[in-house]
Amino acid sequence: MVHIEAQESDAHTKPAGEVTVWAIRRQRASEFWHYFSRNKGAVIGLVVFVAIVLIAIFAPLIAPYHPAAQDRSALLLPPVWQEGGSSAYLLGTDAVGRDLLSRLIYGARFSLFVGLFVVTLSVSVGVIVGLIAGWFGSWIDTAIMRVMDVILAFPSLLLALVLVAILGPGLINAMIAIALILQPHFVRLTRGSVLAEKRREYVTSAEVAGAGILRLMFITILPNCLAPLIVQGTLAFSNAILDAAALGFLGMGAQPPTPEWGTMLAEAREFILRAWWVVTFPGLAILTTVLAINLMGDGLRDALDPKLRES
Amino acid sequence: MLRFFLHRLGLLIPTFIGVSIVTFAFIRLIPGDPILMLAGERGMSAERYAELRSLYGYDQPLIVQYFDYAWSALQGDLGTSIVTKRPVLEEFFTLFPATIELATVAIIIAVAVGIPLGVLAAVKRGSWLDQGLMGVALVGYSMPIFWWGLLLIILFSGILQWTPVSGRISLLYFFPPVTGFMLIDSLLSGQAGAFKSALSHLILPAIVLATIPLAVIARQTRSAMLEVLGEDYVRTARAKGMPPRRVIGLHALRNALIPVITTIGLQVGVLLAGAILTETIFSWPGIGKWMVDSVFKRDYAVVQGGLLLIAGIVMVVNLLVDVTYGLVNPRIRH
Repeated sequence: MVHIEAQESDAHTKPAGEVTVWAIRRQRASEFWHYFSRNKGAVIGLVVFVAIVLIAIFAPLIAPYHPAAQDRSALLLPPVWQEGGSSAYLLGTDAVGRDLLSRLIYGARFSLFVGLFVVTLSVSVGVIVGLIAGWFGSWIDTAIMRVMDVILAFPSLLLALVLVAILGPGLINAMIAIALILQPHFVRLTRGSVLAEKRREYVTSAEVAGAGILRLMFITILPNCLAPLIVQGTLAFSNAILDAAALGFLGMGAQPPTPEWGTMLAEAREFILRAWWVVTFPGLAILTTVLAINLMGDGLRDALDPKLRES
Repeated sequence: MLRFFLHRLGLLIPTFIGVSIVTFAFIRLIPGDPILMLAGERGMSAERYAELRSLYGYDQPLIVQYFDYAWSALQGDLGTSIVTKRPVLEEFFTLFPATIELATVAIIIAVAVGIPLGVLAAVKRGSWLDQGLMGVALVGYSMPIFWWGLLLIILFSGILQWTPVSGRISLLYFFPPVTGFMLIDSLLSGQAGAFKSALSHLILPAIVLATIPLAVIARQTRSAMLEVLGEDYVRTARAKGMPPRRVIGLHALRNALIPVITTIGLQVGVLLAGAILTETIFSWPGIGKWMVDSVFKRDYAVVQGGLLLIAGIVMVVNLLVDVTYGLVNPRIRH
C-alpha cells in the first residue's frame, strides 16, 4: 500500500516538475526575446546575419559561377547597371575575368568560418584559463594574468601579423593568431566573474554538499558568468572577421586565389582608380557582415545583461 | 598618489620582462637559421658561420643570450637592420614622428567630433537624431578601415582629385626636418604652399585612422552622459532653474568625461594597430608601414626591436592613463 502511494506521489510530482522547468525556460526565452526584439537594430542584424549564413551554406546553389572560373573575354567588366556591363556578370568581373558576385558568395563561407573558429578556440581556451586563474588564485592567478597582460601590451593586429610571420602566411595560421590575441579578454572576463561568484552562498553550499572542483567550476559557477561572455563572444566574432580580412589584405591571411574578402581587396588594390567595383563590393561585404554581428551584439547585451543594459 | 603610481609601475615591470621574453623568443621561433639568413643566397663557409655565430652570441646558452639581449636593449641597443644596416633605434626615431603626427591629428579629430556627437545623442535620447548618430557610429565601429581608406582614395584622389594618393608632402618642397612633424616643419620653412601640401597629404589618412576611435568615443560619451544625466545633482541643478546648456556643459559633461578620458587613452593601442593598415594604404612613412615592410623583407631585427618599442609605448601610455584616472577619480586609488 505504502509502495503504491509512493508511486502515485511520484506520478503526481514528476510531470509537474517537468512542466515547471519547461515553463521557466520558456519564460526566460520569451523574456530574452522581449528585450532583444525591442532593439530594432538587433533584429535587422539577426535577419542579415541569418541571410549571410544561408548564403554561405548554399553558396554552390546560389553562385552563378565557380569562384575560380575565369572568362578571358570579360576582364574587369563593370556591374550590370553601368555602361559596358553584362547581365551575365551582375556585379562585374575582376582582373582575370572571375565573376565578382560568385566570389563574394563563396567568400561568406570563409568569413563565417573564421568567426566561428576563432570564437570557439578563444572562448574555450579563455574560459578554462580564466576559471583556473579565478578559482585557484594565488601565484597561479598572478602568473596567468601577467601572461595575459603581456599579450595585451601589443597592438592586436601587430601581434597577429608577427605571429603569422612565424607560423607562415595562410588562413589557418591567421585564425590561430587572431584567437590568441582575442583570448585574454575571455580570461579576464571569466576570472572576474569567478572571483565575484566564488564566495557566494550557493557555491559554498555546493562545495559543502561534496561537489568536486570541476563540477563547481563548470556546472555551478560558469553558467552564472555566461551573459558577459556571450556579449564578448559576439564582439570577438566581428573582430575576428575584421582582423582576418586585414591580414588577408596585408597578404598574410588567406592566399590568392582564395575568394576571401580581404584577400580579394588586396588583389583589387592596383585597380582602385580604374575599376571601382572590384574594390567596393568585397569591402561592403565585410562591413555588412561585421555590422550585422555588432548590431546583434548590442541587442544581446540589452537582453542578457541587466547590468550592461543601456538605460 | 605616489604609492598608487609606484604600485602601477611595479605591475608594469613583470609585464615588460614578459614582453622582452616574447620579442627575444620571436627571432628564435622564426623558421630558418638567423645566421644563414644574414648570408643570403650566397651562402658562407663553415668557419665564417662559426665566427658569426659566436659574434652574435648564438653559441651561448639561451639564458645567457636572453640576458645579453635584455642588457643591450636596456642600453638602447636594439640591433641593426639587416636591410639598411642602420641601428633599429635610429630608424625608429626617424619614422616615429610621422606616426605621432598622424595619430595626434586622428585623435584630435576623433575627440573633437566624437564627444559633441555623443553629447548630442544623449541629450536628444531616443530621437531620430540619436538613432541616426548611433547608427553611423556603429557603422564606423564596424568599418574595415583598409577598405574605407581605399574608398576615400577613389573619391577624393581619383574622382575629385582634391588630395594626393600617398606620402607626406609634395616632392616640390624640400626643407630639413626640425621637429619631424611635417605640419610644423612646413610652416617653419616659410615656403608658400608647403603647409597646404602637407595638410592635404595628411587629411585622408588621419580621417581613416580616426574612424574607429571616433565611433568608440561617441558611443562611450553617449552612455556616460546618459548615466550622469540621471544623477541627483543634475536633477537638482535643473530644479534650481539652471539653463539646460549650463547643466549639460558644466555639471553633466565634466563628470561624464572621466570614463571618456580613459577610453581616449585606451585608443593608443587601437591607433597603433590602425596605423599598420592606414600607413600601408597611404604609403605613410611611419612605424606601422615600417613594421609591415620589415615583416615582408624578413628584416627580423627590425621586427623584434619595433615590437619591443611599440609594446613599451603602449604600456607607458596605459600607465599614464591609469594614473590620470586615479588623479581625477580618487575612488580608484586603492
